[in-house]
Amino acid sequence: MLYREAGDFKTTYRADNQTFPILFDRVGFWITLAVAWLIVPLVINDYWANAILVPFLIYAIAAIGLNILTGYCGQVSLGTGGFMAVGAYAVYKLMTAFPDVSMVIHILLAGGITAIVGALFGLPSLRIKGFYLAVATLAAQFFLVWLFNKVPWFYNYSASGQINAPERFLFGQAITGANAGPTAQYLICLAFVTFCALLARNLTRGTVGRSWMAIRDMDIAAEIIGVNPLRAKLTAFAVSSFFIGIAGALFFAVYLGAVEVGEAFGINKSFLVLFMCIIGGLGSIFGSFAGAAFLVLLPVALKVIGADLLGWPTQIVSHLQLVVVGGLIMFFLIKEPHGLAQLWRLTKEKLRLWPFPY
Amino acid sequence: MKDTVEPYVTQDGRAIGGMLMHLRGITLRFGGVEAIKNISFDIRQGEIRAIIGPNGAGKSSMLNVISGFYNPQEGEVWFRGERRPPMKPYQVARQGVARTFQNIALFEGMSVLDNIMTGRLTQMKAGMLAQALWMGRAEREEIEHRAHVERIIDFLEIQSIRKTPVSRLPYGLKKRVELARALAAEPDLLLLDEPMAGMNVEEKEDMSRFILDVNDEFGTTIALIEHDMGVVMDLSDRVVVMDYGRKIGDGTPAEVRNNQEVIDAYLGVAHD
Repeated sequence: MLYREAGDFKTTYRADNQTFPILFDRVGFWITLAVAWLIVPLVINDYWANAILVPFLIYAIAAIGLNILTGYCGQVSLGTGGFMAVGAYAVYKLMTAFPDVSMVIHILLAGGITAIVGALFGLPSLRIKGFYLAVATLAAQFFLVWLFNKVPWFYNYSASGQINAPERFLFGQAITGANAGPTAQYLICLAFVTFCALLARNLTRGTVGRSWMAIRDMDIAAEIIGVNPLRAKLTAFAVSSFFIGIAGALFFAVYLGAVEVGEAFGINKSFLVLFMCIIGGLGSIFGSFAGAAFLVLLPVALKVIGADLLGWPTQIVSHLQLVVVGGLIMFFLIKEPHGLAQLWRLTKEKLRLWPFPY
Repeated sequence: MKDTVEPYVTQDGRAIGGMLMHLRGITLRFGGVEAIKNISFDIRQGEIRAIIGPNGAGKSSMLNVISGFYNPQEGEVWFRGERRPPMKPYQVARQGVARTFQNIALFEGMSVLDNIMTGRLTQMKAGMLAQALWMGRAEREEIEHRAHVERIIDFLEIQSIRKTPVSRLPYGLKKRVELARALAAEPDLLLLDEPMAGMNVEEKEDMSRFILDVNDEFGTTIALIEHDMGVVMDLSDRVVVMDYGRKIGDGTPAEVRNNQEVIDAYLGVAHD
């Protein structure tokens, strides 16, 4: 099967509007989905779940969230870590306060709470842009981490100041706590990823998404056309934070299990997710996945190659990782600001004409 | 207040109706600079109204006042027989005023189709949740409005580039896409800020034809700023001439052409 659109005629706008207008893409998408849902759960083990798949899925949600704000609406944010912390602490408080309510509802509610907090911290974006907004969101990052450290109510007055996820079940399977198996962890994250990606795709292809992109590309023209900038920016902050909150909740409850806020949700996390968006591709859902996969796999790959294969000392490998990530960020910003997603798009354009490009 | 003007039919058979917009005693200051000094004029339903004048005369500022980008310090804007309170540009857009820009202001990161669809924002009503789930109203609306946008695409003959990212288009086509985006809003009043700036003769002819067709087919009232006198004299029903923020002439192209003050402003007068 070749990558072609010739002969694939669209006779309705509905068919033309679909996410994957080219048959090859459509088939590829369903195969990926089928493998992720049906085959991976059968073969997954502890190492794959904990080192690669679960963090990849959670970071993909966070990257989708930040991509909506930064990639689609053009508002730079360095508060991702702080907003993830809001999601984590919200889900912790909900889990401990209402132990009988389903985790799915808790996680969604945690996303909702983060959305409100995000919209609140998005208010300065109405007045300030670019670097100045980045600094304002940086303030949110530090304020939120400080808040969760200083107010004991958030960590239920525990002596260590940490939060620990109690064991919770879904369909009879433990998904949080020490007994949670890799399959259950993987599936709950995959479910949320599928849900979030679908939501994000729908929002970005409709009116809301177009008003975000209009604000990003030229805010004055957007306003003249009828976009209410207040509404567009605040919805972007809210939706973005909703996803980031879900990612934070999963990161704490399903992946880590126990969290010390400054360590798990510090400024490093904000940058990591921002790098995922930049490397993956700003303004692309696929890019969020690509970026998350890339930055989750890179340390694993470097460790396998450097430490296991070549026998280098681990400190060197971990420092090398910083160098490589830094170099890649610069490379992408200069050479391909639209990231891996754009490379993929160009490849597809070439493929459409291949092997007869003239 | 009732504006009393008689409807009439132009020589080429277009019906000119009552007053659509009336600007009265508009004064706009930036600090100590008076960009517009006490200007009054009206725009009638269905007509093509040109605003001309030398560089720095205040034409674009005037357009910015109409589109709500600037709020004048003095004067009143009457639209459809009602006085318009100070408004944000997006509120003006919702009242049915669309515009294009002197320097193209398209959304470079989006496709032509998305750019034009953005022009229909004011008409689309589906809520956030419906859109997030892509159910019911959201999808229905998307398809309905797509059909309308396709009519505009046909009308302006840009079918072949509808999926092209705007950043890849040449200048002349960008101007056309910008016109399409403004038209998508189905405006009552369309403001064109130098629609033919930087174009060659053929492109100007195309654009002139589109402007006349828009006015003729959709009955859209058009106010435009243009420097090409040939174009202005051929297209417009009435012309306002500005110089240094004042209005120095107002009338049909023939009247304006013979106005001594206008001739002086354009050709310069000897100062003794």
